[in-house]
Amino acid sequence: MALDQSFVGRSYPPTRPYEVGREKIREFAEAIGDAHPAYTDPEAAKQLGHPDVIAPPTFVFAITYRAAFEVVSDPELGLDYSRVVHGDQRFVYSRPVRAGDRLSVTSHIDAVKSLAGNDIVDVRGEVRDESGEHVVTAYTKLVARAAGEE
Amino acid sequence: MAARISYAQVAPGTELPARGFPVTRATLVRYAGASGDFNPIHWNERFAREVGLPDVIAHGMFTMAEAVRVVTDWAGDPGAVLEYGVRFTKPVVVPDDETGALIEVSGKVAAKLDDEARTVRVDLTAASAGQKVLGMARAVVRLA
Repeated sequence: MALDQSFVGRSYPPTRPYEVGREKIREFAEAIGDAHPAYTDPEAAKQLGHPDVIAPPTFVFAITYRAAFEVVSDPELGLDYSRVVHGDQRFVYSRPVRAGDRLSVTSHIDAVKSLAGNDIVDVRGEVRDESGEHVVTAYTKLVARAAGEE
Repeated sequence: MAARISYAQVAPGTELPARGFPVTRATLVRYAGASGDFNPIHWNERFAREVGLPDVIAHGMFTMAEAVRVVTDWAGDPGAVLEYGVRFTKPVVVPDDETGALIEVSGKVAAKLDDEARTVRVDLTAASAGQKVLGMARAVVRLA
């Protein structure tokens, strides 16, 4: 099924703020086995110039993916979510995510393509803090593989 | 804490210390909980095979998280990463045994980008069971 091209360029309202907690960052850092003290020790983070513990670079994906999912699961887009795999992921940071942040994501559909039977959607999630300052942009490429392809 | 690497110390071709990151089924269950990604292909072998995978596979975002540790440990400050991107080329297959899989990551300085901002681009390679699992894995990091 062809994707609805009219989705290109669409933007969505900001998500309800996600509050980043120290213990959630600790849990994530432990799950990836990373003992860097900037993730768990506020003093170590301050020595590096951060006001509180920071999150590992990919932590924010849990927030942006939820927003992207809302966008691409719109049945009118026509993406078969049961065949979707994560193609590419890129982050561009203005600063690291840190404990105490209240982050909101504004999602945009940058591209909708069909290539060799694969349906491809590029979603950009702009993440801002409570003051409206840009924190990070997540670029997510989702690919629905052609039916029958292994 | 790791000493911070200074911009003057590096040149294109400078290699970052390579690392191997083990991943078992328990690792994936833990990552699922921490990240909120409960897709059963990452913990349910029956489901993974039903959708055509050879076995349970690691979350792509787990592999992405591990690979950048080569950069953050080297740079000293994880907050110095300004850009990071990857392409997910092959899955990391995680068998149900004590050892699981190993993600082997190496990196080198590809270019010095800006002398004033002290930024460099690092190119990463990540492989598991002899297969390249990430493509175009690149990070831009600010050095001391």
